[in-house]
Parts: sequence; structure tokens; C-alpha cells
Amino acid sequence: MNRSDELMMDMNPDVIQGENSVKGSSRIHMETKDLTVKYGEVTGVKDVSLKVERNRVTALIGPSGCGKTTFLRAFNRMHDLTRVARVTGQVLLDGVDVYHPDTNPVLIRRRIGMVFQKPTPFPTMSIYDNVVAGLKLVGIRKRQVLDEVCEKALRQAALFEEVKDRLKDAGGSLSGGQQQRLSIARALAVGPEVLLMDEPTSSLDPQSTSRIEELIQTLKEDVSIVIVTHNMQQAARVSDRTAFFYVGNMIEVGDTKSMFTNPKEKRTEDYITGRFG
Amino acid sequence: MMTTLKQRRIRDRIMEGLLILSTIVVLVPLVIIVFHVIVNGFGALSWEFFTEELGSPSRAMQGRPTGLVHTIIGTIVVDFMALILAVPVGIGAGVMLSEYPDHKMNPMLRVMNDTLNGMPAVLKGLLAFVLIVKPMGTFSGISGAVALAFVMLPIIARTTESALMSIPWTIREAGLAIGLPRWRVILSTVMPAAKTGLVTGTLIAFARAVGEAAPLLFTSFGNNYLPNSWTGWLFGPVDTLPQRLYSLAISPYSEWHQMGWAAGILLLGFVVFSFIVARILTRQKFSTS
Repeated sequence: MNRSDELMMDMNPDVIQGENSVKGSSRIHMETKDLTVKYGEVTGVKDVSLKVERNRVTALIGPSGCGKTTFLRAFNRMHDLTRVARVTGQVLLDGVDVYHPDTNPVLIRRRIGMVFQKPTPFPTMSIYDNVVAGLKLVGIRKRQVLDEVCEKALRQAALFEEVKDRLKDAGGSLSGGQQQRLSIARALAVGPEVLLMDEPTSSLDPQSTSRIEELIQTLKEDVSIVIVTHNMQQAARVSDRTAFFYVGNMIEVGDTKSMFTNPKEKRTEDYITGRFG
Repeated sequence: MMTTLKQRRIRDRIMEGLLILSTIVVLVPLVIIVFHVIVNGFGALSWEFFTEELGSPSRAMQGRPTGLVHTIIGTIVVDFMALILAVPVGIGAGVMLSEYPDHKMNPMLRVMNDTLNGMPAVLKGLLAFVLIVKPMGTFSGISGAVALAFVMLPIIARTTESALMSIPWTIREAGLAIGLPRWRVILSTVMPAAKTGLVTGTLIAFARAVGEAAPLLFTSFGNNYLPNSWTGWLFGPVDTLPQRLYSLAISPYSEWHQMGWAAGILLLGFVVFSFIVARILTRQKFSTS
């Protein structure tokens, strides 16, 4: 059996259509246990234990350099790329250890999608090819399947109506906000159960930002979302739960409402009231 | 220091003038060379020049038909064999340097590549001589191709590395994040984005190698005649343009001197042609800029 067959089998039709969120049933979708990330001698994140609830939005907030992005990138093993980065502790996806030696990071990343700070359309690909890249490039060539996935992902990302007549145009020809929604569509096309968003609106104008924020509200019906943001208002607007990070430590985590109205920790209060950061 | 608007305008004009001047200085030698080569060599270009082999000097002196068809074919055969040898290895090394920057082999690879790049071309000919000509017991087109591949290799590796590194790292992360294996990300997202740079790099290497005579002097060696069979192009001595130009130029026959200039025209033509091919190859479906 060749590689693409293996991936195909992994991607049963339910997964392809992104309707896998009903599969697991426990309330906790992902969980970190004593997660530590070190860059050589420098500790980026220290002993963080966090539970990500299913079909809810978890926001990671904190001042620049507090380790929230470092923490987020540990969820889908993006630190594998840099040899200096070392991850210890556990990341569990429905109880499965993401860092177990038998776990294939490539398959894990199909279940845990990611959207980056800057929109990253593949420069040589059309809008259509960008969306289906995660399927086409592992050997799924059936036109009908690709067409369906493309339309569905673009609709999920609230981009379909704007681009349906120009799917053959370059992904890079879209506006910044559209490119970011294209990146979201591309992440959704492989049918992830969790979506990691690393400051997804930081390079966008207010209008595009509010579109993405609205989108997050509809997306959480299908996926669990973890979003890093340095914008506290955004965290308050979009998230159900909020975790506050400060110099590599998670200071406090709780329901967004109570975090913003009644923080338990002094440092959290100082940060959200704008006394530092 | 405060300057008036007028002063700034004058300075701007002076700078502009200097830039135009330096452009002209760069272009003048090129124009002189091209002009000189064409004027001197044009007279030797004839139908026979492209259809006949060179033969002995007496042919040219007695006005019998003579030409460089064997040189033209030889150049194409040797240079393209060199390209076929150098491109996969060179691009592979460039991918390694750019895409696996943490790999423990890389510092050594980089030093070796830079050394090979700085090594005089004549030594690369010597290397091919020791590796291939000696064991085979004969000068050959293949040994010439290997020598030229050594010329191309470090250039391709270097330009591949910098072309790939100019592609933002975020593209790779985006590819990995949708669950693509690393090799697939490199092959299907990074390399297509760097296509212009990759082809340009290969072309620079090709143009460099096309003009090299030194590595061929004791590898493909040169030949005044067409080989008897096609295997002669690979396993026998083969003529190539830069080395033939050199031989013609140092010969004592004025007829051959003129043919040498004509060989120069062909050499220029080769380089221009490869540039045109490269432009066609790098035509982008979408502009990446």
C-alpha cells in the first residue's frame, strides 16, 4: 500500500467533509499536561496544563513574548522543524498523545489545522488549488470530490460568494482579508477537528477583522478553536474561555466572562485593565 | 546641514547622471566584444561552415569546403550531458542547504561547495582526467561532460539555495500545517515558487560552462573530424567550441583565425539562445511578485 492510499484511508468521507466533530464525545477535546517548550537553554513555555473544550473557543492572551504562540505551536508539533526547540510534557488529542513516538505528525496536522498571523496562500497556485492543496498533493485527484470539498470549505470560510467566479485566479490576487479567509478554507478542507489560530487578524483592517471574528462564531459548531490574540477586546468578543500567559507561565484560565469581570490573579487584572502589556 | 530644494534637485540630477554613466561603462565592453567578434567572424560563416568538418589545415588553405559541424554537435552533446549530470545533484545539494539548515552534514557540504566553486577550472579538468580518462585510456566526450559538470555543480547548488531561501518560511509552515509531508511541501509549494530563481541559476551555470575551454583540454580533448559512429561522441575525443576557438586562434593559418572568430559568434549565439530558452521556461502562470 503506498503512502497516498494510507492517507486516503485515514481520510474517510466523514473526515473529508469536516463532520467529524460528532465523533469524540467527551467535553475535553485537547489537553496539555505540564507542557514545557525550550529553545536551547531558554524556556519559552513552562509547565502549562490546559484543557481545550470541544466546540468552544479558547483564547490565549498575554503581552508580547509571553509564550502564547510558542504554546500554540506545540499543539500540532510545529516545533519539530527547529532542532533547537525541545518539547516536554504531554499534548493529548482525545486522549491520544500527540508526541508519542508512534504518532505521525503529518496525520496529526490533518486533525489539528492552523491559521497563521499573515495570510499564506501558496504563491503559484490558483484559489481552487490553494483550497484543495491538502487533498490534491497527497494523491486525491477525483475532480468531483475536490470540487465538493473546495466549495464547502470556501463556504465555511465565508469566501465562496466572493470568489466563485474566479476560482482559477491566483490566490495572491485576493485582498489581505480574503487571503486570510482563503488560508482558513485551506485549513478546513482537510477536515480538522481543532483549529489553531495564531493572531489571525493582526495584519488585517477592522472590517476584515470583524468578518473573521463572525466566522469564528460559526466555525465553532464544527471545530474546537484555540486562538492567540494580543487584542483583549477580541478575546472578550470571540472566546468562551480565556487563558492568560505571562513570561512563559499560564497565570490564570477560566470562562472569558468571569476572567474579564472578576479575575482571580492580580497580574491578570493589571493586564486586562491596561496597567501593563 | 540644511539644503535648499534647488540644491537637492541638482544633487539628484548628478546622482542620476553617475548611474547612467556607470551603466554605459558596463555596456561598452560588451558592445565592443560583440561587435568585434561579429565583424571579424562574419566572413567565415557560410553554408559549409555548418555542414562540413574541419579536417586538416590544407583544406582551408586550398579553399576546399571546411567547417565546424563536428564542433557544434560536440558542444551540444558535451554541454547537455554535463547539464544532465549537474542539475539533479546541484539542486539536491541546494535543497539540502536551504530546507534542512539544521542538518549536521550542512557545514561540511557548504565548505566543500565553496571550495569547488573557487577551484580553478583547469583543475576540474585534471580531476575528470584522473577519474575517467586514465581508467578508460582515451579522451572522451563523457569525461569532458564530467569536467564541465564540476564547473556547473557548485553554481547550481549556491543559486538553488538562495532561490529557495528567498521564499518565505511561512509558506513551508502553511504546507506542513495542512498535513503535507515535508518533501511534498518542498516539491509542490517551495520549488514552484522559486522556479524563476532555479532556472536562472541553472542557466548561469550553463553559460559559465559553455564558455570554459580549460577543463576540456585534456578530457574531451578536441577532434578535427566527425566521429565514425555515434558512440564516438561519448567515448572518443570530441570537439567543443571554446577549445576549438583556442586551437584555431593559436594556429599559424590566417584562414583558421577567421574561423576562430566565427566560432566566437557561435559561442555567443549559444549563450543568447540559452537565455531565450530560460525566459520561455520561467514564464509564470501567476506573477509571484
